Amino acid sequence: MVELSIIDKLKRSKILDLLQEGKRIDGRALDEIRPLSIDTNVIPHANGSARVRLGDTEIVSGVKVQPDRPFPDMGDKGIFICTAEILPLAHPSAETGPPPPAVIELARVVDRGIRESGMIDLSQMVLEEDKSVIGIFADNVITDHDGNLFDACSYSSVAAIMTSKIPKWEIKDDKPVMVEGEVSDAPITTIPVSITMGRIGEFIIIDPNLDEWECLDARITITTNSDGNIVALQKGGSAGFTFDQLVKCSELSISAGPKIREIIKQATQSTL
Amino acid sequence: MGGREANVVLLDENGIRSDGRKVNETRKVTIKTGVLKNADGSAYIEFGGNKILAGVFGPRDVHPKHMSNPDTGILRVRYHMEPFSVTERKKPAPSRREIEISKVIKEALEPAVMLEQFPRTAVDVFLEVLQADGGTRCAALDAASVALADAGIPMRDLVCACASGKAADTLILDVNNEEDQAGQADMPIGYMPNLGQITLLQLDGVLTPDEFKKCVEIGIDGCKQVYEIQKNSLREKYFSSGDNN
Repeated sequence: MVELSIIDKLKRSKILDLLQEGKRIDGRALDEIRPLSIDTNVIPHANGSARVRLGDTEIVSGVKVQPDRPFPDMGDKGIFICTAEILPLAHPSAETGPPPPAVIELARVVDRGIRESGMIDLSQMVLEEDKSVIGIFADNVITDHDGNLFDACSYSSVAAIMTSKIPKWEIKDDKPVMVEGEVSDAPITTIPVSITMGRIGEFIIIDPNLDEWECLDARITITTNSDGNIVALQKGGSAGFTFDQLVKCSELSISAGPKIREIIKQATQSTL
Repeated sequence: MGGREANVVLLDENGIRSDGRKVNETRKVTIKTGVLKNADGSAYIEFGGNKILAGVFGPRDVHPKHMSNPDTGILRVRYHMEPFSVTERKKPAPSRREIEISKVIKEALEPAVMLEQFPRTAVDVFLEVLQADGGTRCAALDAASVALADAGIPMRDLVCACASGKAADTLILDVNNEEDQAGQADMPIGYMPNLGQITLLQLDGVLTPDEFKKCVEIGIDGCKQVYEIQKNSLREKYFSSGDNN
């Protein structure tokens, strides 16, 4: 709210006026998510990949799988790292250079939702305990920015991970050597679904587009797993939520989750 | 979390935690207001084993100038851990984790600070973690809030913070380092007690919808306990008797 331009202020008052009538600026219901489409295996050079469109927000995700050293305190698990970058062609305000705090937060929130859900059984990704493990690197690039990058990146990463083929490595002379021609599916235990909601005045809206995103008072991202439990959460923005608003958001995220999960399952032909 | 194995007893048969606390008990919290000479406002907090220093400057001129806003003041927060604050030396440059925490603490404080009274200025909050013991972001936010009040910056409310979570299948208040590593969920909460607004909220770990609601309630209760300590600390500096009046 601190850096609103005149245009943003006008936009905010228009958006708020519409919300009073129960309408949104793009004609959606308050609890309606934009159309989501997911294509998989779009990058043959990657071990897994996806292109996601959430409304006009577009993400391309690639998963690379390669041997690495484990994290020092977790020698019995493979590693998982998720990154995000807003490409300069995605929005006039996007710049090259080191990532600003908002993009660091984006990558970390997407990473946390997937990690904390236990989506990937990382204990199956160990080549030699404490020495050599398989690393799964999910890199997300934003190619078109129309708001709610959190959910779009999460769906895209999840779809890319689910379609990943994991090569086989064997330890020979203390070094991992790839066994040609042998791949397996990624060990997936659950499908995390991230749902981001924004508060404008007293109104809670789901999946804000960029016009709405720029004038949110506060936002919250809640990730649920296949059992409908909450696995990760992040509040953002320069205002707060009351307890009742928070409970409403948690209920919204739980009720919206299954539909998105179904779309991800169909796109990845998952039997989970 | 994330399936890490618990090799410590987080909760014994009498419901006592690894550090001797009950499930609904916070660690010992002490806050001292006004500990730095040069800063406009400052506070030092010990939250269990966490030792954190907060210093506030401003409202003051903004550098670089293009960051200033003609409509309002801006709040800048830097959360930083000293290389010696954790078991293995931490590289001194700000990590991605520190940048994210700086951002969430800034956003937790903004609703409380009446920045609109100081257009074209900046209020800078520096948070230095001298020793970390789990729950540093909450402790840092507690100290930041007191330091802002000490700097005489108008505020709508104090922001108090405390984590709740889940370990050994039990909901607990104020998650310590051990419980964070081996427990099931950690949920830091920042709260404005007089306005009933939750301004910082993060979660990692698995909670059912019902557990989530209870966990927020437990956390808010912890925040209110910290709030009393924050107020007392301000009273101690500004009303030397330490009494309410």
